[in-house]
Amino acid sequence: MSTLQITDLHASVVTDAGETPILKGVDLTVESGRTQAVMGPNGSGKSTLAYVIAGHPKYTVTQGSITLDGEDVLDMSVDERARAGLFLAMQYPVEVPGVSVSNFLRTSATSIRGEAPKLRTWIGEVKEAMAGLQMDGAFAERNVNEGFSGGEKKRHEILQMSLLKPKIAILDETDSGLDVDALRVVSEGVNRFQEDSGAGVLLITHYTRILRYITPDVVNVFAGGRIVETGGPELAEVLESEGYERFADLTKA
Amino acid sequence: MSTVEAPPSDLAPRVLSNDPGDHETPHGREEEWRFTPVAKLGDFFDAGQRGSVTAAPSEFVTMIPAEMESSTVEKAAHWVASDLPSALARTHATSVVSVAIPAEREVDDIVVVDLAGSEELNYGRIEISAGAFSKATVVLRLDMTTDVSGIVVTDVADQAALTVLALYDGPRTSRHVWQWATTVGRDASFLGLSIALGGSIIRLQQNVRYAGPGGSAELLGAFLASDEQFQEFRIFVDHNEPHCVSNVVFKGALSGAQAHTVWIGDVHVRREAVGIETYELNRNLLLNDGPRADSVPNLELETGDVVSAGHASATGRFDDEQLFYLQSRGITEELARQLVVRGFFVDVLDKVTDADLRRDVIRRIEERIGMEAIEQQLTEVDA
Repeated sequence: MSTLQITDLHASVVTDAGETPILKGVDLTVESGRTQAVMGPNGSGKSTLAYVIAGHPKYTVTQGSITLDGEDVLDMSVDERARAGLFLAMQYPVEVPGVSVSNFLRTSATSIRGEAPKLRTWIGEVKEAMAGLQMDGAFAERNVNEGFSGGEKKRHEILQMSLLKPKIAILDETDSGLDVDALRVVSEGVNRFQEDSGAGVLLITHYTRILRYITPDVVNVFAGGRIVETGGPELAEVLESEGYERFADLTKA
Repeated sequence: MSTVEAPPSDLAPRVLSNDPGDHETPHGREEEWRFTPVAKLGDFFDAGQRGSVTAAPSEFVTMIPAEMESSTVEKAAHWVASDLPSALARTHATSVVSVAIPAEREVDDIVVVDLAGSEELNYGRIEISAGAFSKATVVLRLDMTTDVSGIVVTDVADQAALTVLALYDGPRTSRHVWQWATTVGRDASFLGLSIALGGSIIRLQQNVRYAGPGGSAELLGAFLASDEQFQEFRIFVDHNEPHCVSNVVFKGALSGAQAHTVWIGDVHVRREAVGIETYELNRNLLLNDGPRADSVPNLELETGDVVSAGHASATGRFDDEQLFYLQSRGITEELARQLVVRGFFVDVLDKVTDADLRRDVIRRIEERIGMEAIEQQLTEVDA
């Protein structure tokens, strides 16, 4: 049983123009076996929330706390957070030229697990995970995210998640840019991962479409850098029909 | 002594002569020396007490006293010294390291040539010939502790396929100034790989010309400069024959405030060189603030009747987003940096087709970037 506890989180981005506050008091709890959806319009800061949890150096936390099972996440480096059991499936996965997917996966798994997985079982493990996401075996020989289509990038993120088995996974707009078939495959991958591992999932999305495949326990509406409304899955249906317009004022705030 | 006038191109050498007296002493203001720390190379410009570069004889390697050398290789390659250090080496080297692959011979094993010097500064004279229809890979291991001023003249005869890998991996005190001249015969192919890791100063002038149509020359380089290392790579491809191909790819990783690398890529496509393909690329990765990478591609076209001609040069900072991505998968910052650097060189290293040789080169690069720890794990995956 794991708990990611976010309390009164304020964070800013520092640019040449100065410091701009983006997160303005986020309170959120993600627990094992549960799925929290965070939905919000463009520019609401929901992706920033994902990056701040993962520890992207571009953002500075100015107030509040993040803990994982009581441990101070903000005190950890990016890799320490991953080894503590956090995973961020990125909206825009980064190309790493010259590093093959197979080397990358094995190096990551070795780092997370603390020892190199036995080669024979590892190969089987990777094959099975790839088959589950309908990924061709040749994929492993390609360089990380280099020349990947949008769908391939997202499958690759979910592949990493299933192999690294985090306690809490954050999916940052994993559904964006996917066609219906790819969305179904990716969503099934997420559901299978959660059933197998019992992990907690923080699902960040702009669209309600993915919620037809992944059923959230709680839906949070994110606007103006904080959660402005919380409800059950039915809240997603309201958003689907009404859009984010009624939160527009809050976005400007 | 007669001075041979070079062809009228801005990119070609101005003076061609084996007589050191015909060459001016470089002062650092000359175009071809303007990046080089000539003050640290004073002894390379005068003839003093020098040794000669030697190698142990083997099936394809012989040591020939310089006075006995008729230099059929130089004749075949039309080679004449084009600067003072190369003229001094040509004149004063007491012996020639000859690597000769007989015609029609396909050599499966790599021909490893371990080069050594006897004095603090040594003249090197190396000749490599690949007979018609032959096939071979030659490795020149330049990891001696002493300094070398040398020439390598290579003749690749018709339809031969020759790979020469030069490994500059000496201690941080050693200085290397080399001039390479390669002639690529009709339908022949030459792959030259320069791996520069050690040394305090490495200056490499690499010239290629063709002796017939249909030849292919690929010049690749991977270099790693840190601390106060200076490395200079000057490429000159003379497209003097039709339907030939040249491909130049040099990649460098630099770290430390004083590291300095120079890449000059000159390609001259003559009027008669129709139907050629040429491409040259230099990429430099700055691992931190401070190092300096100069990169100057020059393409001179006398004919528009080519298949393709292009060049590219880019020097960039280490990408922090790559670091974040790898770290977010639990990989430590140090290991993430090493993975990115290794990945940066992969397309050059993939050209080393012999698996043992490639492993050796990768191991040396990894040692230089302090990455032994994960080597075993990664090769296990490769296997």
